[in-house]
Amino acid sequence: MAVRRLAPEAVQPKEFSFTPQTEAWTKELVAKYPQGRQASAVIPLLWRVQSDCGGWLPQKAIEAVSERLEMPYIRVYEVATFYTMFNLEPVGKFYVQMCGTTPCMLRGSNEIRKVLEERVGPQQSVSEDGMFSWLEVECLGACCNAPMVQINDDYYEDLTPENFNKLLDDLAAGKKVNIGSQAGRKSSEPEGDVKTLTDPALYDGSVVGSWRKRFEEEAAQRAAEEKAKAEQEKADKGKGDAGKGETKAKSEAKSETKAEAEVRKVDKEAAVAPKKGHPDAGRATERPVAEAPAQQKAAGEEPLDLEAEDKEIAEKLAALHKDASPEDKANAVGSRPKALKKPRKDKPDDLKKINGIGPANADKLHNLGIYHYDQIAQWGRPEIRWVGQFLSFAGRIDREDWVGQAKTLAASDDKS
Amino acid sequence: MLQDKDRIFTNLYGFHSPDLDAARKRGAWDETKFLIDQGRDWIVDEMKKSGLRGRGGAGFPTGLKWSFMPKQNDGRPHYLVVNADESEPGTCKDREIMRHDPHLLIEGCLLASFAMGAHACYIYLRGEYIAERIALQRAVDEAYKAKLIGKGNVHGWDFDLYVHHGAGAYICGEETALLESLEGKKGMPRLKPPFPANVGLYGCPTTVNNVESIAVAGTILRRGASWFSGLGRPNNVGTKLFCVSGHVNKPCNVEEEMGITFRELIDKHCGGIRGGWDNLLAVIPGGSSVPMVPAEQIADAHMDFDTLRNLQSGLGTAAVIVMDKSTDIVRAITRISYFYKHESCGQCTPCREGTGWMWRVLTRMSEGRAQKREIDMLLEVTKQVEGHTICALGDAAAWPIQGLIRHFRHEIEKRIDDYAANPHSDPVRVAAE
Repeated sequence: MAVRRLAPEAVQPKEFSFTPQTEAWTKELVAKYPQGRQASAVIPLLWRVQSDCGGWLPQKAIEAVSERLEMPYIRVYEVATFYTMFNLEPVGKFYVQMCGTTPCMLRGSNEIRKVLEERVGPQQSVSEDGMFSWLEVECLGACCNAPMVQINDDYYEDLTPENFNKLLDDLAAGKKVNIGSQAGRKSSEPEGDVKTLTDPALYDGSVVGSWRKRFEEEAAQRAAEEKAKAEQEKADKGKGDAGKGETKAKSEAKSETKAEAEVRKVDKEAAVAPKKGHPDAGRATERPVAEAPAQQKAAGEEPLDLEAEDKEIAEKLAALHKDASPEDKANAVGSRPKALKKPRKDKPDDLKKINGIGPANADKLHNLGIYHYDQIAQWGRPEIRWVGQFLSFAGRIDREDWVGQAKTLAASDDKS
Repeated sequence: MLQDKDRIFTNLYGFHSPDLDAARKRGAWDETKFLIDQGRDWIVDEMKKSGLRGRGGAGFPTGLKWSFMPKQNDGRPHYLVVNADESEPGTCKDREIMRHDPHLLIEGCLLASFAMGAHACYIYLRGEYIAERIALQRAVDEAYKAKLIGKGNVHGWDFDLYVHHGAGAYICGEETALLESLEGKKGMPRLKPPFPANVGLYGCPTTVNNVESIAVAGTILRRGASWFSGLGRPNNVGTKLFCVSGHVNKPCNVEEEMGITFRELIDKHCGGIRGGWDNLLAVIPGGSSVPMVPAEQIADAHMDFDTLRNLQSGLGTAAVIVMDKSTDIVRAITRISYFYKHESCGQCTPCREGTGWMWRVLTRMSEGRAQKREIDMLLEVTKQVEGHTICALGDAAAWPIQGLIRHFRHEIEKRIDDYAANPHSDPVRVAAE
């Protein structure tokens, strides 16, 4: 997080209008997104406008973008100040973004920074001739070619203080410069020593179609199997014993369903298997909770029609007297779970381990005579409805899957 | 070493043309229609069987992720979103795919979209990748022109592909932040559930995949799940792009078999460690978010998800950052810590406040201006940030510091001792005449 504000009033131009090219381009851009979703175009459009304005975003331009995309001004302002590639103050003709993150730092970005400090001055100030300004930015994603900078749109990689000084000289003098590696590399190959991708067979077109053999072999195998099966059946029929044939067919059908069931089981396990935790757990889906109806179906579960249930509950509650006690209400919609008089061995489980049960709810459950995981694990729909109503948070037990959690906890208790 | 014939990204270094004709000769778009004709279930099943784990850092099985998309369309469109917001420090692999092998990616997008019932796909590039964006857009235009994608294309599945870009925010690599950004908002991660497979882009079922995960799909389907799962080690199969940076003689990107040992990777492709193997100090094996592993543990370790997890680190994006003994290890981690301070979106308090606090304390520690008890305090704070935020950026900020303290506590203590022994290192001030 950094504090980013618009440039002071004195610097702001008085007006802004889109160039005709940008107008036309915006039409194409907005067409990329579904109707009514033109807000999606805000980042590309701001970026285009920034380059039209000489590398920074004046306030008037931000306002114009908000009008063009029919967005509230504050939404566009938020975006402009959140994303660090939007410069809110004027920059030099050559705007140098120097990567200073660890991979570049290890390869000597501190030296590059020194060059910039000496030649251009402190960060975010334009040099006297208006040619350069610079900023230390975070990883630019060219780590195999570190250290590197981005100048306006282009990456310059494999820098040393010498070749970087020369690069800046050339740019200032208006000479043509090489984009990319300044050490003569093509891209991110090991310098002068490429041991991979040397097989000419990869490039002469001989790979095209070579993979089809696998499918042909598989198809042939399948055909052979089917043929054998058909012959077998024919032979069975030939024996003439109708009763025997039938039992065989039956047993075959049975074994098939068994196999199918096994497949389903595997699928089910796969669909709900929790992802292994730290530290591989990165940025993708943390838990594949099987909550979408389709996912549940894939997992072999009957998706619950919770909406219908909610409706039914609401109807039943409406029929009750409005001063009815929580218990009456709960009785109306479900059935009270079985209670224990006191915890087994006087040792209740720690219900708070269930996500969603805090100290208050744990006390309430104790008052209902519920002390153990396995008690919760046994709840069916009526019990869930009853407790949900009694504790007056209908739906939460399903949402947080208390029953499932309790089952897991009960199972792990048994083991220990 | 992986043989050339088993490499998927055959134009990784851009020695050949990225154009459609050349890409076709290398095997892209080779009878894609045949693969599509095998059906949706076959594709998902084959991806599941291949054992491909997502290449974006978390290592979640790709086929399984695809299967989470609703099978029946409930009227809402389905979307595929490709995460090309490659900003994890150390990672620079997707860039090469988009510059040099864009048609593998585009074909993968078509296959994945078909398998998930999506007719539209957005590729979200990071804003800084301007040349990559132009290269990719060029390839997309080529594909449209050749009627490989678009309405009424030769594959019989209407499919539109759009290239979109961000504007410099690491957090947009988190899938829900990416969706927010794609909707034109600040990139702040969403609470899950609901998961994107249910409520994603524009409230519709969406799958977000990394560039590499999508780009390998075509080749896996052609050559078969058993080919892919035959490479590598159990549960960690296939090939992987490694990005080796830092103190090696020849930093490079290279496609290798999963589970290759660190030593082989460095010796074969990177010309060895700068100053020899005895000069190795530590390695960050999976991008800046994972804890470092000291030299003696990493040298002969297999580079795969499970081995590295057992070393209390992770494969992440396979961005291998090598540090030799000239490294100021405390400063190196402090710089990573600054990165997370800079990139925190500010939504959750533990991360917004914690990243800044941790960076300030580490800055003092790197000079020795600290108390030894603060090391434990710092460790405690990292544990308080970890797991208490909506997305994994809080965890990612905490782990490198935990790794530092786990393996190099003595180095921090030494610095504190040095500073305490010589507290007046600043020159004595002389009064002005």
